[in-house]
Amino acid sequence: MSALTTPSASDLLEPDRERRLYWAMADCWTVVRRGLTHLIRQPANIAWQLGFPIVSVLLFGYVFGSAMTVPGGGDYREFLMPGMFGMTMAFGFMNTAYLVVLDGTKGVIDRFRSMPMAPSAVVTGRGVSDLIGATLDLAVLAAAALVVGWRSDGGPVATAAAFGLLLLLRFALIWIGVLVGLMVPNEEAAGNLFAVAFPFAMISSAFVAPSLMPGWLGTIAAWNPVSSTVTATRELFGNPVATGGTWIEGHAMLMAVVWPLVITAVFLPLAVRRFQRLSR
Amino acid sequence: MTTSRYAVLAEGLRKRYGETRALDGFDLAVPHGMVYGLLGPNGAGKTTAVRILSTLVRPDGGRAEVAGYDVARQPRIVRRRIGLAGQHAAVDEILTGRQNLKMFGRLFHLGAKRAARRADELLEQFDLAEAADKGVKEYSGGMRRRLDLAASMLLAPQVLFMDEPTTGLDPRGRNEVWEAIRSLVAGGTTVLLTTQYLDEADQLAGRIAVMDAGRVIADDSPAALKDTIGGDQIEVIVQDAADIPGARKAIARVSAVEPTADDENRRVHAPVTDRVAALTEVARTLQDGGIAVEDIGLRRPTLDDVFLRLTGARAEARPNRPDTKETATA
Repeated sequence: MSALTTPSASDLLEPDRERRLYWAMADCWTVVRRGLTHLIRQPANIAWQLGFPIVSVLLFGYVFGSAMTVPGGGDYREFLMPGMFGMTMAFGFMNTAYLVVLDGTKGVIDRFRSMPMAPSAVVTGRGVSDLIGATLDLAVLAAAALVVGWRSDGGPVATAAAFGLLLLLRFALIWIGVLVGLMVPNEEAAGNLFAVAFPFAMISSAFVAPSLMPGWLGTIAAWNPVSSTVTATRELFGNPVATGGTWIEGHAMLMAVVWPLVITAVFLPLAVRRFQRLSR
Repeated sequence: MTTSRYAVLAEGLRKRYGETRALDGFDLAVPHGMVYGLLGPNGAGKTTAVRILSTLVRPDGGRAEVAGYDVARQPRIVRRRIGLAGQHAAVDEILTGRQNLKMFGRLFHLGAKRAARRADELLEQFDLAEAADKGVKEYSGGMRRRLDLAASMLLAPQVLFMDEPTTGLDPRGRNEVWEAIRSLVAGGTTVLLTTQYLDEADQLAGRIAVMDAGRVIADDSPAALKDTIGGDQIEVIVQDAADIPGARKAIARVSAVEPTADDENRRVHAPVTDRVAALTEVARTLQDGGIAVEDIGLRRPTLDDVFLRLTGARAEARPNRPDTKETATA
């Protein structure tokens, strides 16, 4: 006990930059381990989280699927699966927000902030755990997709690139999730985020080609960042693409990189500022 | 290393949220090695004070030192010397008790091995060894609180802040937490504890500061504070409001202080010193006078009594004084 309480000379100095960087990463890793332990201790959560996309695959693929057409031809289920991947990434920000709200209301964020850990680790730890979670989500979902007959014809590099783009979108949405999580007062309100997430994921090319929607809605759908990612992954997987020939659809590959970077550039500073303003 | 005479020293702390002044010239000096109670109703500014002293919130004005270091200018150093147990048990519900302590230990930069060893020590100390490998979800309220306390004790802090540590606990859980606090202080930790219950402050604290509207309005030992309030109270509730004067007269005979009457609730009460004799005496007088009584009894003084005495107003959760000098734009 005395060894812990006796302050050493180094205690009196603010840590130098290198040590700070070291602790920022070490603390981030500790917070990530917490997220991984959650996964291990409640594996059922992944099942719940994936329930919606998997049910959607069955609904859209088999129930509505026969009535769905893909402009330019192609199998609807082949068209649908990249949409499911994209939708799962888009819904992911709700998980981030929910977990941040939970830590906030339980006082865990306050506890972290009252400790000598790197403050950045609270946010970066959340981000890295969520990316690992999203990778697992994609792995399970891809397995389900293979079962219903989906295939990637793009070769290993393009396939990996497609999953990379999906994770890039998820990465960008982490910052929206953190920002929203710090703004929302309680868990119930976080649950209501579904009302926002649902159209965000649906009004896109995930289920239906925007060219089949009414003109104005199609434009909104085509410019939805989820659409760019979904269209780009369709191209990479070699699945039916079905674009309407607009500029935004023609540059899906570019925009699948640009959108997440723009979202990150806007929301990462906002989230960090919101976090810092907790001490106001 | 610290030469400060006080474990906690606050001078003229001010903090405003919108139009309300949460803290309005808050002064406090807590000597080392004691439990100091911060007593006040909801909205008095207790939590804001604790949040500033534990580096979570920056004050608008004034200054504060904890363990000899300035909370605004040297927050990192302060954080290595304090523990914080907030109003919720701020622990991870999904992890086990041991996993929680190991995680927080690592975040206190103890290193994996020391964190594990310290977790074992604390689980033992807080009587959680048996439940150590169960998920916190399965813990009772008292157990969660104890785990929360253990987490705030990882570095054996010089100063421990506890914001209403027993709120929402059943009597058993409350006793468990009280025991834990007593053993911490025996080990040399200074505790600053906020509470709404005079009883709790009396049980634990060596000294009590009473807060109202963002500042300390009284600061004394529990005994002296109770003396100003007048100790235990005798209380009579009459069936008929017309009997209130009669009840007053009966109580006045046993109390040194003029009884207080609450017409709305047909309640008359006053402080007494010789509890049992006073009760017997008042009961007999009322019976002889033919006054129909709904309830009669003795009770310990409450925060309400403290406030009646110190401010003339009841300790309701009243909003802080709105700022009248300037309109708030922040």
